[in-house]
Amino acid sequence: MQESRRDFFKAATVGMVGATVFGFDLKPAYAQLKELKIARAAETRSTCPYCAVGCGVLIYTIGDRAKNVTPQVIHVEGDPDHPTNRGTLCPKGSSLEQDMLNPRRLTKPQVRRPGATEWQDISWDDALNEIARWTKKTRDETFVEKDANGHTVNRCEGISFIGGCTDTNEFNYLVVKAMRGLGLVYLENQARV
Amino acid sequence: MSQAATELIRISGHAGTVPGAGLNREFQVCKLVDTTTCIGCKACEVACLEWNGYTFSETTFNNSYQTMPETAWNYWNLIKFNEHEREDGTLMLLMRKDQCMHCEDPGCLAACPAEAAIVQYANGIVDFQEANCIGCGYCMTGCPFNIPKFSPKARKVFKCTLCNDRVSVGLEPACIKACPTGCLHFGTKKEMKELAETRAEQLREHSGYREAGVYDPPGVGGTHVIYVLHDAKNPELYGGLPKNPQVPLMVRLWKHPLKWIGNFGIIFGVVGVFIHYLRYGPKVVEGDEDKGHGAKP
Amino acid sequence: MTNGWIDIKNTDMMLIMGGNPAENHPCGFKWAMEAKRDRNAKLISVDPRFTRTSSTADLFLQIRAGTDIVFLGGLIRYALENNRIAKDYLANYTNAAFIIKDGFKLPEDGLYSGFDSEAGKYDFSTWNYEGADGSDRQAGTVRHSPDVVPGKAGGATPPPHLPPNVAFDLALQHPRCVFQLLKRQYSRYTPETVERITGIPRDQFVKAADLFTSVRKDGDMKKVATIIYAVGWTQHTFGTQIIRTAAMIQLLLGNVGRAGGGVNALRGHSNIQGATDMAGLYDSLPGYLKAPVPADSDLDTYLKRITPGSSKPSPWASFNYYSNTPKFAVSLLKSMYGDAAKKENQFAFDYLPKVDRDYSWTHIWDDMYNGKVKGMMAFGMNGVMIGPDTNKNINALKKADWLVVGEIYPDETSEFWRAPGITADEQKTINTTVYRLPCAGFAEKDGSMTNSARWATWKYAAVPPPGQARLDQDIVAEIFLRVRQLYKKEGGKFPDPILNLSWAYADAAHPSLSQVAMEVNGKALADLTDPTTGQVIKAGQQLPGFAWLKDDGTTACGNWIYSGSWTEAGNQMARRGNEDPSGLGVFQGWSWSWPANRRVLYNRASCDPDGKPWDPSRKQVWWNEAAGKWVGNDVPDFKPDSAPKDHMGPFIMNPEGIGRLFAPIGVIADGPFPEHYEPIESPIKNPLHPDQSNNPLVKKFKTPYDKFGTPDEYSIVCTTYRLTEHYHYWTKNNPMNVQLIPEPFVEIPVELADEKGIRGTEMIKVISARGTYMAKAFVTRRLKPMMIDGKKVYQIGLPIHQGFRGIAEDEGRDARTPANLLTPAVTDPNAHTPESKGFLVKIEKA
Repeated sequence: MQESRRDFFKAATVGMVGATVFGFDLKPAYAQLKELKIARAAETRSTCPYCAVGCGVLIYTIGDRAKNVTPQVIHVEGDPDHPTNRGTLCPKGSSLEQDMLNPRRLTKPQVRRPGATEWQDISWDDALNEIARWTKKTRDETFVEKDANGHTVNRCEGISFIGGCTDTNEFNYLVVKAMRGLGLVYLENQARV
Repeated sequence: MSQAATELIRISGHAGTVPGAGLNREFQVCKLVDTTTCIGCKACEVACLEWNGYTFSETTFNNSYQTMPETAWNYWNLIKFNEHEREDGTLMLLMRKDQCMHCEDPGCLAACPAEAAIVQYANGIVDFQEANCIGCGYCMTGCPFNIPKFSPKARKVFKCTLCNDRVSVGLEPACIKACPTGCLHFGTKKEMKELAETRAEQLREHSGYREAGVYDPPGVGGTHVIYVLHDAKNPELYGGLPKNPQVPLMVRLWKHPLKWIGNFGIIFGVVGVFIHYLRYGPKVVEGDEDKGHGAKP
Repeated sequence: MTNGWIDIKNTDMMLIMGGNPAENHPCGFKWAMEAKRDRNAKLISVDPRFTRTSSTADLFLQIRAGTDIVFLGGLIRYALENNRIAKDYLANYTNAAFIIKDGFKLPEDGLYSGFDSEAGKYDFSTWNYEGADGSDRQAGTVRHSPDVVPGKAGGATPPPHLPPNVAFDLALQHPRCVFQLLKRQYSRYTPETVERITGIPRDQFVKAADLFTSVRKDGDMKKVATIIYAVGWTQHTFGTQIIRTAAMIQLLLGNVGRAGGGVNALRGHSNIQGATDMAGLYDSLPGYLKAPVPADSDLDTYLKRITPGSSKPSPWASFNYYSNTPKFAVSLLKSMYGDAAKKENQFAFDYLPKVDRDYSWTHIWDDMYNGKVKGMMAFGMNGVMIGPDTNKNINALKKADWLVVGEIYPDETSEFWRAPGITADEQKTINTTVYRLPCAGFAEKDGSMTNSARWATWKYAAVPPPGQARLDQDIVAEIFLRVRQLYKKEGGKFPDPILNLSWAYADAAHPSLSQVAMEVNGKALADLTDPTTGQVIKAGQQLPGFAWLKDDGTTACGNWIYSGSWTEAGNQMARRGNEDPSGLGVFQGWSWSWPANRRVLYNRASCDPDGKPWDPSRKQVWWNEAAGKWVGNDVPDFKPDSAPKDHMGPFIMNPEGIGRLFAPIGVIADGPFPEHYEPIESPIKNPLHPDQSNNPLVKKFKTPYDKFGTPDEYSIVCTTYRLTEHYHYWTKNNPMNVQLIPEPFVEIPVELADEKGIRGTEMIKVISARGTYMAKAFVTRRLKPMMIDGKKVYQIGLPIHQGFRGIAEDEGRDARTPANLLTPAVTDPNAHTPESKGFLVKIEKA
């Protein structure tokens, strides 16, 4: 709504008169405090995903965790109980709300076929089946059971897994277990670089 | 603190006594900004923006780490950067958080002709009541720190509220909470003043900053945002912090002898609008602040 | 970190070098500010440019990128010359007194003894302690090197062993004792040499050296100094050695193990510590166990190779905690292969892939370029942007058959096929199939992350993933289970490890991370009884800690150093007790830190040899004579009942029990002491030994992309870094951060700008032998021209945040040129980390 300054001014005047006429307490008319936006929001304890200080963050979401609510992030701030950051956050930690409410997030699986110039959508089921098929094919083609000296080596030399450094210990452990299980040796991580 | 946060002590353009005056006062709040431990990380900028829910403006690189040249109507908190070379050739990167100073004697309030558009709470917070703002921009003239900023779309003036929504329920302002190094500190004016003086003394005695001192300018009756500076003799080095800020003489003159005009606040407001139109109406404000990307859902 | 974030508040002196915590770890940096405010601690910042950390420093020195060893070596020399060392600490807690074998040679000509120029590596046999009574001929420990791989020919000569009984001279006078060798090694690192190589004027260097070593003025042991670093030290072809030099200084000054001391890696990612602990790296297994090599023909051979025997002066004791390695390794195999890991099949040792060579990061891309690596899965890892040599990585991916990317934003790796410069016609010739899978953000996942203080902290999910995005662990589980299904149905190459991998999660396709965490902690597989206390752990119960692990298959444990993190008492990583009775910032009850919830490593060294704290005002642990054990405010990192008179060394993870000033038998591949080498691309020849300018162990790849510049064409030293406003390649998707720093820039000195006629905000090109980066010029006085070996040298710096997908990138607001287009693919021989700092470029107006 585009309201001209003059219109707004008129409306404000009328409002003020009305407040006096009906005998309301004057104070709220003079000064209105904003309401606290996190007053009844649910609070979840998390850890900032950026650097390795590992600051505690509180994620505020709409609703009180009742079953019929899909939580939506409304605010993030530092966890004052966390001994390291004591409630503080840096400019990256302070902007985490926009990391969660970000329209750029990937929300569906996609595939780029050989020679293609665009992405195309693919179902999860198809994507996972194709990836499993590729994995088996490449593993079977590049698996070395014994080296030139007759030593048992049981390694897959054609597949690499590279991992980031902002996922959990448990995810990392699962990856190492699954990938070593497949015989991978090109197993590397952000931790290297 | 919560009572003090909602208690009025002055009302612009309002004749008669302040309702509720004479009650017990609680303490006055204060932000302490220790520029000597500021690392210019801008966490306070983001925390302010996020808490107050403003969208993002398009900024451009300007041969500095500084986000934008000055605070904006939707960007109330800005670190000002200055590469300063000392006489001995050593370099300093001076960084100062710029925001509303919440003056004890607020020039903006003195200049404001609209009833209850600017109020000062008993705890020292100077707050703009946008519902009552007529957008005349007089407050901008009255402020010696160049803080209130006009929004061409809302046709009103905005500035830092010192997070009175948080303060009123016993929380600290968003910028204070975020500050990683503790260069920002929040408490009563008395205690912040003591803390600041202690720190300044430490800087003089242990860090070789012989001119270290506290900035709490008397020209505006003191402020509810005070600074510790390495060099209190030259506050201008810190992104143009005025040496001796005063409420402009014009504002004082017309406000006091002509105080009766407050009774005709409405008429005055119309004049104000007209004057403002002459001053600001046709001006196209740089950058379209609504073109921000990633608007909130 | 040996210590922790909060512990920094206990320090008296900070040397921050190769890191910029004010910008990259602001909330941790608060503890540095706290030390300044509360203790009047001093901060020395040494960096190629004046950073926001420098702005808070008491002393700033501008150093040429890649010359840190010269500065630190100079510091060692200064401390020795001025007797600012911790004599008792040195003699009792380090190998200063150990005598080195005859025949060992210092690198006055740039090479240590034993260099094999043909193989490009060292024979380590002289890099060893002399045995007392000829005991060096007995079998002892084996070396600890990451480079454990025998020669390709397979005819591996047995690696040298440490003698069990070491010759020593407590007076530190023997000409071949470590202390004397150390003195000789760094006698060359004079203030004049420091100035000539680093560009730091000698008076400034001396001022810094005096300030830093002032904590040991007049032999006083009360004060403590800390050294803090990050990738400014690791990303060199001698990165490990820079960090070693820092560790040596801290040992010399007696600062390791003490509150407010230590050698502290900042670490740039939230779980870089945990990812390393869990061994997402080719050369290790969870808990820093070494990956098996082909010569490990069976489990026993493997265990024998990786388990050290103790090696020490005979009157001393050594805990040699790694003697327990077989328990850790067998418990890991039980955890991985469950019931299929039996005594009869050596706990399925054959299932583990054996590594015969370097499979590290840069080799992946080189081998992919050469057609060897055909498929890649990348989860949360943007390999194109990370580089080094982004162009090489893009061209390697063009040759791969398939690529799977799990990400939360559109990234450069998944879109390598339409990187800037690749036309639609060329895209049609790129045959790589790319899957891009939407993953979950941090707030959508639970689990633990380990910060640089080794605190593993549990977090909770706040919201569900958006749209069709899935939890990362579900995706990896699905891929694995579907591959397993294919092998079950169709058979294939050696399917046993796949079919038998233990995957006993209640919901196999959606593994609960709580269950995984419990597996990592470990459990009893049979009833266990502690022989001394009689305590019983029932089969199936969670283990209280790694002391319970067995090498007979009766325990399973995914990562021994995390044993104790999820016990019968529940998830220790979720604890939120924030009491700190000692006031030292220990916080024993908050989350959980490995190992065994210890907060400061090697804390036995915080006491004198009699077991009394060096500084009674900062008491961490101490010997309680009445109780006959070590007690304190932290968990003692020591054998709890070893009395001071036993003289057990505080560094219990080394077989010697001491801190290593001298790194024996090739544990560090490029030298027992660090020596300065120039970066691979350098403006000068190494003044110490011009004929051996670079690290002799560095190898170069041979693709057309592996090109190197010379100083006559590329005369400017360039370094790369992050800004406080951004996080790597992530926040370029976040409008708040983009608002703070909307455009990429290059920081260049005023003098260089004047010379080239460049004004601030003008677009410039930064060109290396490998690529061109474009951004606006940030003309600043925070980088000054330097005099290096009589030559004027400029340094410039560029932030790494520009990519080709992001808010600004998609709006066409920058040149879409990643910083790592410029960097070379050469690496440190120990850690295999690429040299992203201190390479050569030239600049011109765009």
